Amino acid sequence: MSSVEFRHLAVKYGRRVVIHDFSMAVASGSWVGLIGPNGAGKSSLLRAVAGLVKHSGDIVVDGSSLSLRSRSRRASLVAYVPQEPILPDEMTGREYVMLGRTPHIGYFGHPTKSDRAMVDDVIGRLGLDDIAPRHLGVLSGGERQRLVIARALATEAPILLLDEPTSALDIGHQQQAFELVERLRREHGLTVLSAMHDLTLAGMYSDRLALLHEGTVVADGSVEDVLSAETLAEFYGVRVTVHREDDGTVVVVPRREQL
Amino acid sequence: MSLSALVLVLTACAGAMTGPAGPEWWRVPLALLERIPGFGESGLGVSSGVSPLEWSIIWDIRMPRVVLAGIVGATLSLGGASYQGVFRNPLVDPYLLGAAAGGGLGATIIFTTVGSDRLDWPVDPVPLVAFVFALGTVTLTYLVGASFGGMRTSSTLVLAGVAMVSLTTAIQTFILQRNSDVVRVVYNWILGRLATASWGDVVLVLPYVALSTTVLLFHRRHLDVLRVGDEEAAALGIPVARVRLTVVVAATLGTAAVVAVSGLIGFVGLVVPHMVRLMAGSTYRVVIPLAITVGGAFLILADIPGRTLSSPAEVPIGVVTAFIGAPFFIILLRTRQVSR
Repeated sequence: MSSVEFRHLAVKYGRRVVIHDFSMAVASGSWVGLIGPNGAGKSSLLRAVAGLVKHSGDIVVDGSSLSLRSRSRRASLVAYVPQEPILPDEMTGREYVMLGRTPHIGYFGHPTKSDRAMVDDVIGRLGLDDIAPRHLGVLSGGERQRLVIARALATEAPILLLDEPTSALDIGHQQQAFELVERLRREHGLTVLSAMHDLTLAGMYSDRLALLHEGTVVADGSVEDVLSAETLAEFYGVRVTVHREDDGTVVVVPRREQL
Repeated sequence: MSLSALVLVLTACAGAMTGPAGPEWWRVPLALLERIPGFGESGLGVSSGVSPLEWSIIWDIRMPRVVLAGIVGATLSLGGASYQGVFRNPLVDPYLLGAAAGGGLGATIIFTTVGSDRLDWPVDPVPLVAFVFALGTVTLTYLVGASFGGMRTSSTLVLAGVAMVSLTTAIQTFILQRNSDVVRVVYNWILGRLATASWGDVVLVLPYVALSTTVLLFHRRHLDVLRVGDEEAAALGIPVARVRLTVVVAATLGTAAVVAVSGLIGFVGLVVPHMVRLMAGSTYRVVIPLAITVGGAFLILADIPGRTLSSPAEVPIGVVTAFIGAPFFIILLRTRQVSR
């Protein structure tokens, strides 16, 4: 269980500012969906937390700043699933999940018995026993995605960063992947920060949504508050209808320009 | 792993057993065994019946050559496997960043300026200068590459390598053109040779090779993590730039040392790592140690036809490795496509 707090975060690529004065507190064990048009800064924000881009301001996890921690300590707190993970064709599923143990292995060390037991446990719990001995190059998109999530889980990091994790999957596999993350979040008390394209899915799985526009938060709150036709029209420049189902699900339907 | 070590020892024996002169082949292992304490006359009573002259052929001529071939083959294939890992490119060899081209230029300069006077020097300057030039060229490549893209992308480094290799080769060609009398000597050097191998050569390269091998063995897990890309490796807590620099420096040090004593022996660094992957899978945890033993065995084996085919003349080792390596490489690419 870990909380994340952003304090006046700013990220620049050269002179271009992609995130500025971003402040937000993410409660431990919650799922925050980051939405916003392309280029709004969702990916940069996640990359800053993962330590992949330099940033100013502070990212505080459990009361102390991430930038004060060592590289491997940071990696064992935060698991990062990129938009397009690289899965080497010739690597087996099990070898791939084992990479998740990297933050726990010393510089000159090698996986120990307990690392192997941990990986076997993750593979078993995610039902990947059939996939684990096979090469990544022959697996389907859905199987690969589950291995990526398994690798993140093998890090035992309390914070999970997902950068549009299902953009390459069909609707069934998208749902499966999100259900899996949701199950793991409940079982392990993970804090999930995910950038999402599909607003309906974002609304379904997130406890809270943050709408980013030009590097800063323009709307932040419950799904009902953020997913309104007016807000979306303003920042995405789209015309949508927002339906509310009886079970509380919010459905965002794009509308054609001329009807 | 232990199987490949056994193969290495067997090929070394085979290497020591063959040659244009010397005792019958079956006496050689006996002669070696005889000299191990506990096996000779005072122990198990092994007796080979090898004369002192024949022993001198085995020990002073064949053995250093076999040992050097083993070291050179192991180092080149280890360097190749490491470069392939760190640049995430299967078509890379340890000469990529200019170790071979720099060494060739250094040797050329010595052959043209000092010429045969070098034989009067207390130490042969060719390997030393080749070593310095090899390291110098790779350092320049590194500085050029780093000044453009830093160590964030490995492709800028590869491109800088291409530029430095062609520049160095151009300088070498220019020098050769103005000194056509040394063309033959330089050409012989470039094709690679183990014929003049002595225990001195072995001692000369051993410290660099040992250091390079140790460092690379310790970084094989990092090479596996790098397979998922710089970004994800960094997110997993690996100091990517530092690991890449360390691996490149270590592999280059070994490569430069063996280039200095044996010239340019092609294909070992490119092909042997792939042979290993086909045999034992692609995990660097396994590939790195196997590249050492298989690479050593491969070059010892390749050296046997080199010195027996047109005996007593020699086929340059670089020709033999390419002769075996090129067809093998084509077969390898075919089978890989089929298995996809």
